[in-house]
Amino acid sequence: MLAKQNNDLDDGLFYSIEYTSPKFYWVMFALFVVIGFAAYSYLMQIIIGLGVTGLAQPVSWGFYIINFVFFIGISHAGTLISAILRLSKAEWRRPITRMAEVITAIVLAIGGLHPIIDLGQPGRMWNLVTSGRLQSPLLWDVTSISAYFAASTVYLYLPLIPDIAILRDRGTKPQWLYEFLSWGWHGTPKQHHILERAINILMVMVIPIAVSVHTVISYIFAMTIQPGWHSTIFGPYFVVGAIFSGIAALLIMMIVLRKVYHLENYLKEIHFNYLSILLLIMSLLWFYFTFSEYLTTYYGNEPDEMRVFLYKFTGGFAPYFWAMFACNFLVPVTILANKKTRRIKGILIASISVVIGMWLERLIIVVPSLANPRLEYPTGIYIPSLTEWSVFIGAIAVFILGFVLFAKFFPLISVWEIKEGREKSISEVAHRLQSYLPDNHDELEIEQALK
Amino acid sequence: MAKWGMVIDLNKCTGCAECVAACKTENNIAIVGKEQSEMGRTMLWMDILTLYEGKYPDVKVRYLPRPCLHCDNPPCIKVCPVRATYKNEEGIIAQVFPQCIGCRYCMAACPYTVKCFNWTAPDWPDEMAAALNPDVSARPAGIVEKCTFCIHRLQKAKEQAAVEKRDIRPGEYLPACAESCPTRAISFGDLDDPKSEVSGLIRSPRMFRLLEEIGTEPKVYYLSESE
Repeated sequence: MLAKQNNDLDDGLFYSIEYTSPKFYWVMFALFVVIGFAAYSYLMQIIIGLGVTGLAQPVSWGFYIINFVFFIGISHAGTLISAILRLSKAEWRRPITRMAEVITAIVLAIGGLHPIIDLGQPGRMWNLVTSGRLQSPLLWDVTSISAYFAASTVYLYLPLIPDIAILRDRGTKPQWLYEFLSWGWHGTPKQHHILERAINILMVMVIPIAVSVHTVISYIFAMTIQPGWHSTIFGPYFVVGAIFSGIAALLIMMIVLRKVYHLENYLKEIHFNYLSILLLIMSLLWFYFTFSEYLTTYYGNEPDEMRVFLYKFTGGFAPYFWAMFACNFLVPVTILANKKTRRIKGILIASISVVIGMWLERLIIVVPSLANPRLEYPTGIYIPSLTEWSVFIGAIAVFILGFVLFAKFFPLISVWEIKEGREKSISEVAHRLQSYLPDNHDELEIEQALK
Repeated sequence: MAKWGMVIDLNKCTGCAECVAACKTENNIAIVGKEQSEMGRTMLWMDILTLYEGKYPDVKVRYLPRPCLHCDNPPCIKVCPVRATYKNEEGIIAQVFPQCIGCRYCMAACPYTVKCFNWTAPDWPDEMAAALNPDVSARPAGIVEKCTFCIHRLQKAKEQAAVEKRDIRPGEYLPACAESCPTRAISFGDLDDPKSEVSGLIRSPRMFRLLEEIGTEPKVYYLSESE
């Protein structure tokens, strides 16, 4: 009886799955137009060659590599944050984890495709398998990203099973899909036990994998001896930046989806407040790493390093560098450190600012080191072409498409975990709190000892 | 086993760029046209760096021919994900064109910026298309290339020597740039042979190497201009 009632309580979460508004088709149409144009641009790139981009010598890496690092960074929103919150038994995680995990799965697929888009000969990709050299950091990436993709899709799917079973039992169409994906879930205690164990194992595994992903991406740069790249701090610096941009992206998605799917009752001010404090901490941590990185360069004053340094601080890239500094530090800290502005609107502004700032950071890491070769070459400036822009916008459209499609078939909020929260966790948390406090008989002993 | 190396005497170099032209025709290097060239897509295996010293009106212009440096400790081959570039047993940093996937990691890793990329497929004028060097494969769009010390000439010289059942004679194997230089500024030979011309030249006090401090051990040596 109680279970039935709770189901009714969360009925709203199934609304967008079971009823399709005309708006849905319009959004799909718009997205397909954008993606179609990007696909056409890429097709032309395959036919003509990378000449259709703005790349040249010496800046031979551009938008594709920047966006690769950027998107993979965003992917740290999900699985990592969801795993850390689950692991630390943060009860407020319940309505957030699903969205976070969806971001990871979609963005990782998009980011992982970017190095392939960047290849001059994508048809020879199989060479990576037949004659891949594990000594190359690029192979470390291939390994690490595929492991992360596998782990995070399974980690998205497992907690989805009970919800799929609910959809199956509600008779939602397409039945065959839910029938197949629910894997015979009937919510028996044994099934619950296995599911929880599986989630626990995965969540412990996924954290080191996620950390490894952005570490090895930084190694692509750090393992060369190029000025501005060859830095021991790059691994952790990239990981911090990744989590930073990931939280910002998660907050943006939460605010947008809350509005679109009317989730105000699930995603409350408190969730945004907690997550934005995490964002604030990451902003300070990002500043600390940036400060350490550039102070070391400046103090050392090595000529080749200084050329890249000055190119960023006062040279051609200064506008981007200082915009990054404002977007990643000044704006979020000003907004989020103040309780009055740490409201949904302010958090949205801060998060958008951070996502832009982190994209700029990737730009600032990739281009200036390439644009300042050690020997005296005449250097041009890198201006991305229409092809690169359309692939970038297409990638964002694929991200939105992924979300819209996911929301069409599955609930964006973990229904069974919300139910579990209502039914079990309240008493569990009370119990746990009790266990944090000193036991009563200890108090008695202390009292007796004092006497 | 020979260890091939090059010595470029800047006292003799006039900056005429004959080596650049010889290299381009010898190795079928694509001609990209004005528009692409202005974008920074000129393809040169042998380039001439122009260095300006001093301030106007006391400017001194120096020319520095720059092939691939064929480092003994090459940063480019370390990062290649598919072994499309490697150091052979005679010290030449070779390129395997059909193996390259075009990721351009080696271009990013090379401290001397010597690698070129085929941004588009080469487009030869009709007269030139019929006159390509048959010993060097023409490259498609999307792969990285660079100076190979004209490794095909070494192959030819070796085959000739094998037929005649002897070793390669000094001077029998010369890259196109060394052969074409009108002032004989470019010497080429076996660095491991103490009697070779290059071994003698690198003992000169004028000897220097590019970016010696980063430990790449280039096998292209320069003799600095005397004042």
